[in-house]
Amino acid sequence: MSGPAPGFGATVVRAHRAGGLVVQPRMGFGDPVVMRTGLAATRAARAITAGTITVDSYTRTGDLAAARRALHSGQSLNGYPIATHDPATTRLVLTGLLGEDFPVQVRHGSACPRDIVEGMIAAGLTATEGGPVSYCLPYGRTDLACAVRNWAACAERLAELRGAGAEPHLETFGGCMMGQLCPPGLLIALSVLEGMFFVRHGLRSVSLSYAQQTNAEQDREALSVLRRLAEERLGGVDWHVVVYSYMGLFPRTRSGAEALLAEAARLAVAGGAARLVVKTTAEAYRIPTIAENVRALETAARAAATADPGPPPAETGLYEEARLLVEGVCELDDDLGRALVKAFRLGRLDVPYCLHPDNARRSASFLDGAGRLRWAATGRMPIRPEGGGTSRPLTAAGLLDGLSYLRRKYDEAAPA
Amino acid sequence: MGLNPRAGRALRTLVTSVASDAHTWNLLHLQLVIEEMGHQVVNLGACVPDATLVAECLARPPDLVVVSTVNGHGAHDGLHLIRALRDHPRLPRFPVVIGGRLGTDGIADPARTRRLLDAGFDGVFDAGADLSEFRFFVDALASRLATTGSWRG
Repeated sequence: MSGPAPGFGATVVRAHRAGGLVVQPRMGFGDPVVMRTGLAATRAARAITAGTITVDSYTRTGDLAAARRALHSGQSLNGYPIATHDPATTRLVLTGLLGEDFPVQVRHGSACPRDIVEGMIAAGLTATEGGPVSYCLPYGRTDLACAVRNWAACAERLAELRGAGAEPHLETFGGCMMGQLCPPGLLIALSVLEGMFFVRHGLRSVSLSYAQQTNAEQDREALSVLRRLAEERLGGVDWHVVVYSYMGLFPRTRSGAEALLAEAARLAVAGGAARLVVKTTAEAYRIPTIAENVRALETAARAAATADPGPPPAETGLYEEARLLVEGVCELDDDLGRALVKAFRLGRLDVPYCLHPDNARRSASFLDGAGRLRWAATGRMPIRPEGGGTSRPLTAAGLLDGLSYLRRKYDEAAPA
Repeated sequence: MGLNPRAGRALRTLVTSVASDAHTWNLLHLQLVIEEMGHQVVNLGACVPDATLVAECLARPPDLVVVSTVNGHGAHDGLHLIRALRDHPRLPRFPVVIGGRLGTDGIADPARTRRLLDAGFDGVFDAGADLSEFRFFVDALASRLATTGSWRG
């Protein structure tokens, strides 16, 4: 490999303009040979693909000593330890694969991503994902203010690469948060706010995420609102929307899992997303194999190819809700990072069922009869639940019921 | 939710994950399960470093520690965790259980369970274990504490 990798964002947008949906796995292995095999298989899949290096969770939590011990002892890692393998090794993993037609992104989940970012830059990679809120609140105990500082530094470090001719890319994970039971208005607001945060720290190529939820019509409206707010708030930069196939409890049956994935692909097309991150039929059980990932990429590509964009979704007030949440943060401080910290301290942003010490924990949600996500309580956020909310206490059975709504729906529809 | 344990006395339980595991729905669900059985729960959330867990146990000694993990590193991180608790000179030998998906392959492994029990866990609920087994463990512990005042049967 010579020179910096081509821009992840530009490659995805170009493919999308040419009429295709870029599909991408979640994939990471500790062994560089297996990692390379996975990337090669992703590239060779019958689909327009982007490659993924998912980082292991020791590296994600900053425990590089544990990652090193695991490599030496042969312990099976749940991802690629990008800050531990020699950058030359990672370059070899990518040689002949990473290129104009095959962008590769590093996916992790870290609130302190410095080592990961340095590791990927040393190996010639310029695209990753996360965010100060989305990789902090759902995933650990790191102080939000600390995650904001870390992510500001990480965005600025990536932005420096622009001088070297690269176009670094950051994707916000804000459209996922806990993966389930977070109403779309808040997911959209966090996605937009983190995208804005990256731009303020120097990035000129970003993507905004939205994770498939429990009602297709509501999700289509959410994507349309996300794009509208992105147009308003991210002028002058290259941006695209990425959909995540359902991030909650996945169907256990193969046909149920494939049907849910195909639904995500149709959602991505109808919602104007340029990219889709897939899930596999193994999701309900364990970390998927390379073959299962390839099959998922091809299933998604087939579903996307025949998807019908359909009529524009009905408007139910989601745009107004997401805009209020974004404005409620921006007015708190000219510095968006400080505004985000204040917003959580004041409860103006409040993620349902998030156990992080910096989350106010006054909000709650529920699924209505049609599977739409609704607010049961909005705490001190500048929005109100329709009909004043509900005071039903949360029970273990009720929580499990909500968490497994889509699994049940798709498994029951599956042929026995 | 009334605090009337269905068996024995109300337990002070500590729900936690291992240091590298970010998943929390399992923790929230277990909290509700335990509370509905009439016991008290302090939920430490995701990615709890061993030192944080030790500090919490020293500050408020629990009757039961419940470790739940699904990221595939559980068996490995669980051994570190239990050694940190069992090797600490000022911590009593309260029961500690671990459950979830303890390996990256999603299959329960009896040898792994044995290692975890030998290292000091009192219960191991690996992939495929039923919640009723966990409930049975908690009920038995609550009755034992009520009748004998001892953690061990």
